[in-house]
Amino acid sequence: MEQIKLRGIKKSYGKEMAVQDVDLTVNPGDFLTILGPSGCGKTTLLRAIAGLEEPDEGEIQFGDRIVFSRKQGVIIPPENRNVGFIFQSYALWPHMTVEQNVTLALKEKKLSSAEVESRLKNSLEMVQLETYRKRYPSELSGGQQQRVAVSRLIALQSKILLMDEPLSNLDAKLRTEMRAELKRLHRELEATTVYVTHDQTEALTLSDIVVVMNKGLVMQSGTPYDIYHHPDNIFVAEFIGDPQNNFFKGQIVEKNGQLHLDCQEIVFPMKNRYSSNSRKVIATVRPENINVSFQEQKDWFKVTLKSVQPTGANTILQVKLGTTKITLLQPEFIRMKLGEPLWVSFDPESLNFFDEETGKNLHL
Amino acid sequence: MSKSQLTYFYYKLVNRPHLVLGSVCLLILGFLVLTPLLEIIKDSLSVQSYDIAYLPEADIGEFTLFHYERVFTGPLSKALLINPLLNSIGIGICVTLIGVSIGTILAWLIVRTNIRYKGVFGTLAVVPYMMPSWVLALAWLSLFKNDRIGGAEGIFTYFFGILPPNWISYGFFPIVVCLSLHYYAYGYLLMSGALASVDSELEDAGAICGMNRRQRMLRITIPLLLPALGSAIVLTFIRILGTFGTPALLGLPVRFYTFSTQIYASLNASNNGDAYVLALVLIATAITCIWINGRVLGVRKSFVTLTGKGFRSREIDLGAWRWVATSGVALFLAATVFLPLMILLWESLLIVPGDYHLENFTLEYWIGDGSIDETYGEPGVFQSDNILSSLWNSIKLGLSAAFFNGIIGLLVGYAVVRGRGHLLSKWLEGVAFAPYIFPSIAFGAIYIGMFSTSWGPVPALYGTFTILVLITVVKNLPFTSRTGIAAMLQIDKSIEETARVQGIRWIKRMVRIVIPLSFSGLVSGMLLTFITAMRELSLIILLISPSNMVLTGLLFNYNEQDMSQHAGAVTLLLTVIIITGSILARMVSGGFGLSALKNG
Ligand SMILES: Nc1ncnc2c1ncn2[C@@H]1O[C@H](COP(=O)(O)OP(=O)(O)OP(=O)(O)O)[C@@H](O)[C@H]1O
Ligand SMILES: [Mg+2]
Repeated sequence: MEQIKLRGIKKSYGKEMAVQDVDLTVNPGDFLTILGPSGCGKTTLLRAIAGLEEPDEGEIQFGDRIVFSRKQGVIIPPENRNVGFIFQSYALWPHMTVEQNVTLALKEKKLSSAEVESRLKNSLEMVQLETYRKRYPSELSGGQQQRVAVSRLIALQSKILLMDEPLSNLDAKLRTEMRAELKRLHRELEATTVYVTHDQTEALTLSDIVVVMNKGLVMQSGTPYDIYHHPDNIFVAEFIGDPQNNFFKGQIVEKNGQLHLDCQEIVFPMKNRYSSNSRKVIATVRPENINVSFQEQKDWFKVTLKSVQPTGANTILQVKLGTTKITLLQPEFIRMKLGEPLWVSFDPESLNFFDEETGKNLHL
Repeated sequence: MSKSQLTYFYYKLVNRPHLVLGSVCLLILGFLVLTPLLEIIKDSLSVQSYDIAYLPEADIGEFTLFHYERVFTGPLSKALLINPLLNSIGIGICVTLIGVSIGTILAWLIVRTNIRYKGVFGTLAVVPYMMPSWVLALAWLSLFKNDRIGGAEGIFTYFFGILPPNWISYGFFPIVVCLSLHYYAYGYLLMSGALASVDSELEDAGAICGMNRRQRMLRITIPLLLPALGSAIVLTFIRILGTFGTPALLGLPVRFYTFSTQIYASLNASNNGDAYVLALVLIATAITCIWINGRVLGVRKSFVTLTGKGFRSREIDLGAWRWVATSGVALFLAATVFLPLMILLWESLLIVPGDYHLENFTLEYWIGDGSIDETYGEPGVFQSDNILSSLWNSIKLGLSAAFFNGIIGLLVGYAVVRGRGHLLSKWLEGVAFAPYIFPSIAFGAIYIGMFSTSWGPVPALYGTFTILVLITVVKNLPFTSRTGIAAMLQIDKSIEETARVQGIRWIKRMVRIVIPLSFSGLVSGMLLTFITAMRELSLIILLISPSNMVLTGLLFNYNEQDMSQHAGAVTLLLTVIIITGSILARMVSGGFGLSALKNG
């Protein structure tokens, strides 16, 4: 197990900054996921860790070993970093059998043939491909090719694993299966893992730590729970969650000695004091955290149903309160007619408040 | 620079093997390709030993505009520049039009219609490309020789008793015919690739929009093919401008000069200055053509290569015309492929040239020992040490040029593709293409000059076999580097990167991954070099010496001495070896041989 430490990493292509000033520490044995929209610099960052890309500035450390430092003039080439890397395209060598794909690097390392054989056997067993040794990649299904890439990674026994959207070429069912496999693998190998994806379900289910990136910057780094429930800023609140968070723009007002967020059609109660009343604030609440009643409730807001989208176990409801649209998520299969009334209420605990100008969470 | 910065740059360099490789390639190729150009320019601007007769005051090597004045404005200008230039351009335009049209029609018939025997036709259509370009010229002479230059008359006169007029026997007309019947194969190769990759769904889409067959052809198919057609025209035209063998055989006897034969004549007269000025004009013409093509059509904008996906290519039903087209193509291919070879075979079997009676037939020129008078004391092909050693030299030249070209193509392709986006990559690609625009004859002349004395670490190479290999390798760079680049483009970057992160060193990555994956492309590039090297004449004619004679040189000599039986026999031998060699290579690389020709 090894720690990965990035300090002040910057990388630009021409004028465009792909990564601007990223600091990141991955603790030994952690599974860290980098999540973000397309083009935000995830791949670039991962490739910088592997050594396939040289940052313009900054320092990268594996444990005590400095593998990149602009200041000290160190660039350890990828060949000598001893990391495992899975590419989105799997990058199997098409002219070699499964067996040759797995053992080429081991033979290059001059391991004894007994050792090579045992690692080969072991790694193929872990991905359940023992019987496919002599096949060429073109004779395997997409999922099997993916597993060959994984077993190649296992056989190398690297202390650091890097994966760039390894599941994005698989269909939904296979993806769920492989997700569980990768999680198991990570536990068994005890390797520090950095995993890049733009699929939030993957990020939330797999990770110890999720890092959300945007435009080459880290927006938030934290446990899946924190990322989901306590986003640091508007970007994360907007990006994470499907269906999306509900947003309400408003102004803070004082009524009867109690602070409220006045959004014209809705007024939210606030638990804590807020120093300045004048600033504009955005409140967010998750669709599943809004209380819903199909009968009239006192003091609840009456809304009308605009659309119903059952997804099986859940149902997404779109409702309107005056002109304000609200999304609700109910954990059941709901059959209702459009236009029917509903009643909703908000718990102060499930609300997040953000400064409209800076986008920062006010932690009220 | 501080120490840490130095180590940083050191690491950066070590981390980019393609940059190091690319720089080395650029240096070496730059030396081999650009120095000749500079030498041509320098020599054309300085007094040569030959000029002393005209410039008694001047010192050799002194700066002068003498050659330019002579060529452009002097009284000799018409003979030296204007006539050959007009002849060359006239031939170039006619041959390009005829050749590319025939090639395109043939490609369309074979690729897109339901004509019969596609496989056989497709193979036969590229055979002319494998034969030396002057095979047709030799056959033409056998057919239509008149009494103009002495020696025996041709088959035509023998059977019909009429002497063909000069314009049929020599000069513009036969040169155009022979070259067209050779270069259509080049047009066919370029166009059949392009045609095969036009998605017929695009044409169907036109049909759905209500276009009729003619409109679809004019509005969809032809515009899609224009870039390929444009390159085919320009590349063919440039090659024809520089071609030597055919105009030499059919033009020199009547003092009909093209640019390349005029350069040869000037060089032969040791009048290097004039020759170099002419060579520069030729190079400038070639560059202009490429530039115009790029401006008008956009060479890079090749629509047809954009889709890599599988698609249907529907055959057009020719209906009743099917058999007409099939027999037409069969006749045409027979006339251009088999007929010339048969004529040469016939020629090689005659004791006395010009007498086509059965009693006059003999195998002396193939297996004789040279004891009878009619063979001029030369033993037959299979008895002559001279011919056999030349044959061996030719094969050696072909194989070694192919070997080195393969390696260089691989390395240049790797450096260019991996370094995409760097200036270095662009330069390297440009330098590797540059030899295409040098007229072969002039290139050979420069190499004599460059390597007649030692050049720093490079020893004097004149008269050695090495210089033949060297110049063949350099001249073939445009083709091999293109096949190399094409092969590398098919290897996704991540395939190599994944090996990097697994700790596999550069050398091992090349040997275990890059080379095996580009192998078929490399073999086809090497095959192409082998073919061109075996049949090369103009490039090496000035460089061969008796000790390293090759078959093509020998052939040229036989022809000059009017030994038509030997010339025919040697040509046949050469053709058979080239075709056998390419069939073997194609079998080894699994049928990829032709794709290389297309890349050329
Ligand atoms: N080799 C390159 N040359 C120029 N620009 C590049 C290069 N690689 C990446 N970029 C740019 O850098 C930015 C970040 O790219 P990167 O591949 O890291 O995005 P990503 O987060 O992995 O996106 P995706 O989710 O689509 O894979 C992009 O804007 C991209 O255009
Ligand atoms: Mg990416």
